[in-house]
Amino acid sequence: MTSLVSIKNLYKKFPIHGDLLDQVSFSGGKFHLKHEYVHAINGVNLNVERGEALCVVGESGCGKSTVARTVMGLLSPSDGEIQYEGKRIDNLSSSAMMPYRRKMQMIFQNPYASLNPRMTITQTLEEPVRWHQPKLNNAEVKEKVAEVMQSVGIDPSWGVRFPHEFSGGQRQRISIARALIVDPEFIVADEPISALDVSIQAQVLNLMMDAREQRGLTYLFITHDLSVVEHFGTRVAVMYLGALCEVAPTRKLFAAPKHPYTQALLSAIPRLEDEKPDFIRLKGEVPTPVNLPSGCVFHGRCPHANERCKKEIPKLMDVDGTMVACHAVEENRLG
Amino acid sequence: MHSIEATSPSVWKRFKDSHFWHSFKKDKVAIVSFVIFMSYILISLCAPLIAPFDPYDMTQFDIMDSEIPPTWQENGDERFVFGTDSQGRDMWSTILYGTRISLTIGICAVLLQAFLGIIIGLAAGYFGGRVDSLLMRIADVQLSFSTLMVAIIVLAVFQAAFGAELYQDLALIMLVVVIGIAEWPQYARTIRASVLAERKKEYVDAARVMGLKSGRIMFRHILPNTLSPILVISTVQIANAIISEASLSFLGLGMPPSQPSLGSLISSGFAFIFSGSWWITIIPGIALVVLVLVMNLLGDWLRDVLNPKLYKG
Repeated sequence: MTSLVSIKNLYKKFPIHGDLLDQVSFSGGKFHLKHEYVHAINGVNLNVERGEALCVVGESGCGKSTVARTVMGLLSPSDGEIQYEGKRIDNLSSSAMMPYRRKMQMIFQNPYASLNPRMTITQTLEEPVRWHQPKLNNAEVKEKVAEVMQSVGIDPSWGVRFPHEFSGGQRQRISIARALIVDPEFIVADEPISALDVSIQAQVLNLMMDAREQRGLTYLFITHDLSVVEHFGTRVAVMYLGALCEVAPTRKLFAAPKHPYTQALLSAIPRLEDEKPDFIRLKGEVPTPVNLPSGCVFHGRCPHANERCKKEIPKLMDVDGTMVACHAVEENRLG
Repeated sequence: MHSIEATSPSVWKRFKDSHFWHSFKKDKVAIVSFVIFMSYILISLCAPLIAPFDPYDMTQFDIMDSEIPPTWQENGDERFVFGTDSQGRDMWSTILYGTRISLTIGICAVLLQAFLGIIIGLAAGYFGGRVDSLLMRIADVQLSFSTLMVAIIVLAVFQAAFGAELYQDLALIMLVVVIGIAEWPQYARTIRASVLAERKKEYVDAARVMGLKSGRIMFRHILPNTLSPILVISTVQIANAIISEASLSFLGLGMPPSQPSLGSLISSGFAFIFSGSWWITIIPGIALVVLVLVMNLLGDWLRDVLNPKLYKG
């Protein structure tokens, strides 16, 4: 069976220097053009299976959001492919993309910016329905909007109000309603709860889990909150500096992390019972994505790195049902 | 569905509760400016009803009445409140019609500017990259020629090429087109700047994810969110367009003397100012200055109100 969404060998780089005029530099008595890039994603391979909630975790700047935006077609990949049910979608024209737009939807991070401030809630929600289902008449559209608003816990009679009249949690519910209203099968959620209050986070998360059960949704859930992952995800992908370190079922990952970075990441979760936390201290800082380290991007900070790690980029391999990209795990050096 | 309609406050009520209305009520300068501006609009709309004479009708004025001073002066005539000009036209009627022409040119020129500027600015800001560079360089080139220079060259060439006769018929349209085209970069730049800020917001991404077309995103989603700078720049630009038109008319390239605008009135009276007939120049001059001043004050006030970062104590 083909995966619902596959990310194949994805690369994305952003030029640092904008215009031609910015690129020109003068050194050694000569003018020349500078081409420098931020390497946001470096060869990511990931399959999202139907019905799962795949969480992508990693620290800020590791390329999680870029993956999400590339999957949704908001950014075009520098190299590699995005496939939906085995069909390549990243190079489609906007009209050829239309059927996929209904199937894939996105929930954004900032509920204060993701709703158009000049449109009422009803207008915001009706627009996608009218756009994608032009055959529906006025009453049917209204009925559909009311039904979805009800299902996310927003009273349909509030539809005449503007986004600024709602709280952050309510706005995020409305954003979820906007994504659900075209009956998608796949939802990319880019840190949908990180801008919310902790008490509201749980509500919104539960709403998303309910929607998944009722509508049979598949999620690609971007987050940096590991406790959310434990609660929400069926599978976890850990990213570091634009590359995947480890992809594993949630239980397995939390019980037995394999990659040295995942181990360090999980050891950093604060726990109540800890009097003397024994988290793994990584040396140094995350390298800049402009000049990537050779070989494994993690080698400079990895306690187990050797010569091979500095030269060869590790590939994701299946080790006891976990996909890990690490030479040390492959060679069984971790002990 | 009726219950939903009932919970929505009417537009008028929402307007009365808004920050906009409250700050307007508190600001005396704004109220006075607005009242004066509205009376200008009213007067120019109703000019044919108010004016005692029709300045375009040659049969209604007599050369024998020329250069009569205003009524409060010695030798004033009761029929002509603000006196008459060198052809015997009633100044009050001529000013009424002149204001009408000046405002028409100002507003139409700004509509043209806004039309060009909004489309170009939206496209530049939304598409970015090469489109942006190209359009903004064109705007820079356009800005490097001053409005008056462009207008003088175009209008002078037009007059020389097609004759003054045709020019007299088309003067109004020509002025609107020339002033409109010469000043669009002001709009384009302002709108591009706010589009750049709006485009980064997630609601635009959400609209793109929905598969909406670029045009729809630009005009339905981004444009309504850039309206406040457009409103501010419009008031200032109307004032500028009126001034440009007056300057061109003063130089003899604007409205013909048979259909004078405020600028051509000032210009035609200028020849008589040293012979003592000051009113032909000064009275339309005051009308023009007050109109432009009031519009600039309104623009200033709007800018303060619509910019929430600028709370004045």
